Amino acid sequence: MQTSVEDPRVLEFDVRTDEMLVNMGPQHPSTHGVLRLVLRTDGEVVSEVTPHIGYLHRCAEKIGENLAVRQWIPYTDRMDYLAAMNMNLGWSLAVEKLHGYAPPERGRHLRVIIAELGRIASHLVGMGAYGLDLGSFSPFLYAFREREKILDLFEQACGARLTYSYLTPGGATADLPAGWTTRCLKMLDEFEPILPEYHTLLTSNAIFVKRTCKVGVLTADRAISYGVSGPVLRGSGVDFDLRRDGEPCYTQMYAGYDFQVIVERAGSYPATTGAPPPPPEAVLGDSWHRFYVRMLEVVQSISLVRQAIALYEAEEGLDHGQPFKLGAKLPVGETYLETEAPRGQMGFYLVSLGQPNPWRARARSSSFCNLSVIGEIGRGCLIADIPAIVGSLDIVMGEIDR
Amino acid sequence: MQHDPAISEQLRERFPEAVVSASPGPIDPWIEIAPERLAEVAAWLKNDPAQDYDYLNGLCVIDYFTADKKLAEAVGAARLVVVYHLSNLSRKRQLTLKVTLPRWANAASETPPTLPSLAALWATAEWHECEAYDLSGVEFTNHPHLRRILCPEDWVGHPLRKDYQMPLEYHGIRGR
Repeated sequence: MQTSVEDPRVLEFDVRTDEMLVNMGPQHPSTHGVLRLVLRTDGEVVSEVTPHIGYLHRCAEKIGENLAVRQWIPYTDRMDYLAAMNMNLGWSLAVEKLHGYAPPERGRHLRVIIAELGRIASHLVGMGAYGLDLGSFSPFLYAFREREKILDLFEQACGARLTYSYLTPGGATADLPAGWTTRCLKMLDEFEPILPEYHTLLTSNAIFVKRTCKVGVLTADRAISYGVSGPVLRGSGVDFDLRRDGEPCYTQMYAGYDFQVIVERAGSYPATTGAPPPPPEAVLGDSWHRFYVRMLEVVQSISLVRQAIALYEAEEGLDHGQPFKLGAKLPVGETYLETEAPRGQMGFYLVSLGQPNPWRARARSSSFCNLSVIGEIGRGCLIADIPAIVGSLDIVMGEIDR
Repeated sequence: MQHDPAISEQLRERFPEAVVSASPGPIDPWIEIAPERLAEVAAWLKNDPAQDYDYLNGLCVIDYFTADKKLAEAVGAARLVVVYHLSNLSRKRQLTLKVTLPRWANAASETPPTLPSLAALWATAEWHECEAYDLSGVEFTNHPHLRRILCPEDWVGHPLRKDYQMPLEYHGIRGR
């Protein structure tokens, strides 16, 4: 018997649904914080995604106007709380750019060690939580096991495990304690050989590949138009990394270091030991590529930390940079500086009229721009793909809402 | 990332009356554009193949206003300054544009000043303009959906204005 969807006698076809609005969040576990997505759905297909943000808004920029520049450092911790070290660094460099100050060499290498360890810790959460979003619990435990060791190192350096306030305008609050670099190298030596396990768990896992390939494809020109940055931008094939392409006062931090920007060039990524090649199903700019870029960046950062420790230890003298005086007046002027945080380009804009407090302290959030593409790449996919897309953007709401 | 030293001359040549001033700046140079010419200058910077500023890093608003007599000289005339940070990713160029607006289009009724929206040129401008509207009170014309993005929809006032007063209470929650 020939049947059609219009035939009312066929019960199976009579389950077509009306358009429905589905609220995802703000307490949904896969939205990485208090993000609310309103999905306009027709059955399983999402025709429109509307993000609602601001649940964590505390107007950090207003607070920044009422504090001396060094007092704002703890507030930058609480923006991207998974990469607080990199937030400290971004604001410190912006303040130093205003002063025309460059930290001593030992302080420069110390910052590279800390910033790249922060990147590894942040990408580990991104990777573990992404597995969790897709229903795989084990990678999360593996990732947190390793992250814990990095947090232990951070605790030994500054006393805090999440909100460090360690890097500060002028340098760092303290030098690394005795024996720290040895423990750090030991941690890296243990960590690097188990990275292939992570690739087995997720990167080349058949279910993971099916859930992420061709899901949420973001083309390079749309990525640029939406101002996305970091692994999301490079996952779309745009060869841009501020550590190489940024302003001189940021790139000089990485002067003399040997590293490559992790991006697909002519169909292949920079060779990385232990990483499986992209599966044939993956297309550039999909969720899988965003995830893959993060995984390769972890290997890149391990190498950078090793180089930095060698340079740090070779440096003679103990001067790692003295923090600026707390209530000192700022020079008149204004600066804007973007740094490559784990989630993308974190920009700080500082306008000073010569008081100790900035007249305007602005934080340009990378997650804010990265999330704004969800309306475009989430359209037309299935409801179950939405967590896969949000997870691949690796957002932190504390940074979006500021 | 470098600032293009020739850009202010090129802009002056192409849009003689649009460039209000250009500062080489002690640190970051910037160019001030007349608000009514912003849309065409931005379109040229985005679409001209020789310029190709394809990436809008962000925009933010600075409120120059003070009731403190000691600061009055440093602050200068009461005004809002909208700052656009643009980049060209392939040529590693950056550019800062500034637009000066009055604090209110109509001070008695507290009508916000307006600027044309640039969301049609850079998609990211949509959210950044919402943020500027929400926190600093600048309205963007021709914006696809201008709304409060960080504060609740029924919030009163623009928190990043220098004369902003935190409300005494909001839906039964004590404000200050």
